[in-house]
Amino acid sequence: MKILVPVKRVVDYNVKIRVKADGSGVELTNIKMSMNPFDEIAVEEALRLKEAGKATEVVAVSIGPVKTDETIRTALAMGADRGIWVKTEEAGIEPLTVAKLLKAIVASEGPSLVILGKQAIDDDCNQTGQMLAALLGWPQATFASKVVVGDGTVDVTREIDGGLQTLRLALPAVLTTDLRLNEPRYASLPNIMKAKKKPIEEKSAAELGVDLAPRLEILATTEPAGRTGGIKVASAAELVGHLKQAGVL
Amino acid sequence: MATLLFAEHDDASLNPVTARALTAALALGAPVHVLVAGANARPAAEAAAKLAGVAEVLLADDAAYAHRLAEPVAALGVSLAKDYGALVAPSTAFGKSVLPRVAALIDVMQVSDVIAVVSPDTFDRPIYAGNAIQRVRATDATKVLTIRTASFTAAGEGNAAPIRTLGAVEGAAGSSFLGEEIAASARPDLSAARIIVSGGRALGSAEQFHAIVEPLADELGAAVGASRAAVDAGYAPNDWQVGQTGKVVAPDLYVALGISGAIQHLAGMKDSKVIVAVNKDEDAPIFQVADYGLVGDLFEIVPQLKAEIAKAKA
Ligand SMILES: Cc1cc2nc3c(=O)[nH]c(=O)nc-3n(C[C@@H](O)[C@H](O)[C@H](O)COP(=O)(O)OP(=O)(O)OC[C@H]3O[C@@H](n4cnc5c(N)ncnc54)[C@H](O)[C@@H]3O)c2cc1C
Ligand SMILES: Cc1cc2nc3c(=O)[nH]c(=O)nc-3n(C[C@H](O)[C@H](O)[C@H](O)COP(=O)(O)OP(=O)(O)OC[C@H]3O[C@@H](n4cnc5c(N)ncnc54)[C@H](O)[C@@H]3O)c2cc1C
Repeated sequence: MKILVPVKRVVDYNVKIRVKADGSGVELTNIKMSMNPFDEIAVEEALRLKEAGKATEVVAVSIGPVKTDETIRTALAMGADRGIWVKTEEAGIEPLTVAKLLKAIVASEGPSLVILGKQAIDDDCNQTGQMLAALLGWPQATFASKVVVGDGTVDVTREIDGGLQTLRLALPAVLTTDLRLNEPRYASLPNIMKAKKKPIEEKSAAELGVDLAPRLEILATTEPAGRTGGIKVASAAELVGHLKQAGVL
Repeated sequence: MATLLFAEHDDASLNPVTARALTAALALGAPVHVLVAGANARPAAEAAAKLAGVAEVLLADDAAYAHRLAEPVAALGVSLAKDYGALVAPSTAFGKSVLPRVAALIDVMQVSDVIAVVSPDTFDRPIYAGNAIQRVRATDATKVLTIRTASFTAAGEGNAAPIRTLGAVEGAAGSSFLGEEIAASARPDLSAARIIVSGGRALGSAEQFHAIVEPLADELGAAVGASRAAVDAGYAPNDWQVGQTGKVVAPDLYVALGISGAIQHLAGMKDSKVIVAVNKDEDAPIFQVADYGLVGDLFEIVPQLKAEIAKAKA
């Protein structure tokens, strides 16, 4: 069984982003970029399935402009076998378009499982996996916290509102990862060296037959309403006095 | 064309986030129909019919919709989509699983986590954990939106909208329900609570979380939340996580106990009306958003706080 893992290059989760003064977007020059944390979890899960003998090959795919291959390299250094880079002019390809590109890659690669992150921490859309599953006509399990591959099926425990739910999906299927699925490994130095020799195949959106034109027009990007710190109080009694006055008790 | 709102419910009752998403749906300016898909879901449909502003409730009551699995509910949504100008759902685990599936099948780019309806085709949504707000115009003919319910007030009651029943549609198969662990709780729902008390890594164990955070919450009639660190460490269940990748809340009062205030946590609670933080580190970032900060050991302060609140109520 082959597993396809889409990995997205995003602003590192430790970076506090700045909105550009002219409202045209977010300052991205000279900012640390990393693999989306949920995608690290997806790569880790795929590698564990391979190490457990349930999968034979792990293929990492990313869609984006120059330097996106660095993110694919990270997946290869973690242990993925090879990479596919759909090279675009710009970053910021919409989830529906990403899902269409991934569908085309699924058609040529024939994986039994596609594992994505539940959301990318830049745009926080939480859509791509579900859209891919829909376009493929495959079952989906979002927000996975446990994955058990059986014979032609996969049992997935999901983090839902109110608790946990377990589903059985017929393979092939699409999964999206939640935080508690696993703790991703760090790439070791030898594996980083080895990853430099692993192949990354480049493709274009045109050869996959997908139109990249966005459907959402971004009119402006602004700072959220700020919140300033209030006061420090000295005791629980003083605090309760304030809360009573504020009318929130 | 009318707007179709996907109800969040558990068959027996309607989740209060539905009334909040309804406010967003009504802001689009078209009549709103509420879709209740489930098995033995008439009670939820009757509750939806009472919400002010609802023009019609569509009840799809069939074994196929038990547990509201994404594949059959999305197929139902697609079968109805052509009659609607907009499809709307709250950004719950259910809404987030189903709506993108519908959107892809009708070839529409969804707008996720809408926090304001600017006009029927223009919406505000947070990006980068709420550190920037994007204003987007959706150019597809049909709008598909998930709603961040913490940003909208709940629609009122006092309506008796008609309930129309729908048959089940043939849906994509491939998934089946094996089981569920839903903790029964007498406390209010996190996403609709007026007061939330949250605990962080500082609690140190599940026992202490239970012994310190929960009694204060119960004294306040509050829901209980947690930081990711507390959930990862097993002090609190996963569905209590507040933050960028957990639940986004905006209660009247949010009490953060032993939580440092990482951007991912702030993303989930910084729109609360009043924020209280208890932390032994006076430089903890949580104090930058807290209206009232109390520097000290939570293990000493929280029991005092509980006693003072009991006194204030008496
Ligand atoms: C710099 C920048 C510029 C932008 N400019 C525009 C613009 O001009 N016009 C516009 O319409 N929108 C723009 N956007 C928004 C646009 O990027 C999309 O909404 C967003 O990229 C996709 O949403 P998401 O990644 O949050 O999807 P999610 O659905 O949250 O992603 C979930 C998962 O899908 C997979 N995935 C997603 N994207 C990729 C990818 N590229 N490669 C591989 N796997 C992927 C990953 O596994 C990821 O964890 C911009 C965003 C950025 C960061
Ligand atoms: C992809 C990603 C997604 C994430 N999503 C979320 C999310 O949705 N929600 C979320 O919360 N986090 C999220 N995080 C994690 C986040 O970055 C922080 O690690 C987390 O919020 C820290 O939790 P904490 O404040 O409980 O712990 P810490 O940061 O360890 O803070 C503990 C605090 O307790 C104080 N303290 C210790 N002892 C006492 C005492 N006796 N009395 C009083 N105070 C005390 C300390 O001074 C400290 O400030 C995410 C991270 C990533 C990478």
